[in-house]
Amino acid sequence: MVKQQANWSPYDNNGGSCVAIAGADYCVIAADTRMSTGYNILTREYSKICKLADKCVMASSGFQADVKALQKQLAARHLIYQHQHNKQMSCPAMAQLLSNTLYYKRFFPYYSFNVLGGLDNEGKGCVFTYDAVGSYEKVGYSSQGSGSTLITPFLDNQLKSPSPLLLPVQDAVTPLVEAEAIDLVKTVFASASERDIYTGDKIEIVVVNATGIRREYMELRKD
Amino acid sequence: MNFMASKQPENSLLGPESDSQRTLYPYVTGTSVVALKYKDGILMAADMGGSYGSTLRYKNVERMKAIGKHSLLGASGEISDFQEILRYLDELILYDNMWDDGNSLGPKEVHNYLTRVMYNRRNKFNPLWNSLVLGGIKNGQKYLGTVSMIGVNFEDNHVATGFGNHLARPILRQEWHENLSFEDGVRLLEKCMRVLLYRDRSAINKLQIAKITEEGMTISQPYSLKTYWEFSAFENPTQGAVGSW
Repeated sequence: MVKQQANWSPYDNNGGSCVAIAGADYCVIAADTRMSTGYNILTREYSKICKLADKCVMASSGFQADVKALQKQLAARHLIYQHQHNKQMSCPAMAQLLSNTLYYKRFFPYYSFNVLGGLDNEGKGCVFTYDAVGSYEKVGYSSQGSGSTLITPFLDNQLKSPSPLLLPVQDAVTPLVEAEAIDLVKTVFASASERDIYTGDKIEIVVVNATGIRREYMELRKD
Repeated sequence: MNFMASKQPENSLLGPESDSQRTLYPYVTGTSVVALKYKDGILMAADMGGSYGSTLRYKNVERMKAIGKHSLLGASGEISDFQEILRYLDELILYDNMWDDGNSLGPKEVHNYLTRVMYNRRNKFNPLWNSLVLGGIKNGQKYLGTVSMIGVNFEDNHVATGFGNHLARPILRQEWHENLSFEDGVRLLEKCMRVLLYRDRSAINKLQIAKITEEGMTISQPYSLKTYWEFSAFENPTQGAVGSW
């Protein structure tokens, strides 16, 4: 009698793409709103973006149940931080917390591919990009998820960042203004939806700047 | 974060002894549940079949139940796990009532609770083998959501489980609109259930439709749908096929 192997997987990929771009005094975080499983669309209006702190927003794609649990974890930890320190967590602080939270489950990972965006303590835009187990890096722009292979090369072309290995350390943030960055994001998602079956329906775009956080939407292909 | 020490023998995937401690596969299962939002609340439909593999073993299984004052739960998958979930929810609603503070758990809260339960069981590699549909209305706000056995959850204007996702959702995407009347909602659900009856081998022709509105939950008596099997294409199905019979 051969031992029964597991015939269910604790993981699923619910698809979708996320992008974030950091500017001199703003940060744009965007994700599509499609949730899929296999070749099915589960829903066309699911938000992958979560506000973690006043100036800190996270977009995550991957396995939705893990993403939800991760968002809840971070929100709970942020609440405790606020009680203990009487202030909001800064974006770099949240970045470290996210990394540690992901690594905590290094041997049963959160199947969640994250980009964290917001303003640092000086009000400059910052973007942090992660893998599923918490390895992270501060960058000028990033994309994760099913469409990332289509989006990243295009962002590289448009926003070419100086190498982080150069000395003196150069600014990674883009010289683009807010409106141009938003336009770039829309272009990038429109292109990704053409070829990635898991990206489409609608984009949710969140912009963090000195005045606060605002949200806008754009329709995408529904096929 | 849970800081309990790892209980190696029970949770590990190694060793046949530990397998008797967790669900490996379902035994008695229910098939699709389909639900939609309409003008006054939520309409949900499910047949009354409980299959034991390929045998249609039980034909009087109620797969939809009222939860508290404001919610309706429908389940597909393992029936015994559904009954376990009903026990969990009984306790939840009991404690909610015991506060006696005039507040009561709405569908959003119950859905969130179920999501956490399903996700936590999946984390322990011992899932409740169900796909759940949770609908309800509280203070005029309609709510319809679903949770899978691994904790994937979302809400939408119409949801379905299992085969319903493949056969019913496309129909609903085409024909659902805001503020459906009760008759239109029932007609739409029946259309979906009829397609499922024709094409899902675990479906039986004995279904119930449940309605939940601000006034409360009502569930229809079991009834069957009219079907038509005289399509000419099915009369001599192998007419054109050379060599077939």
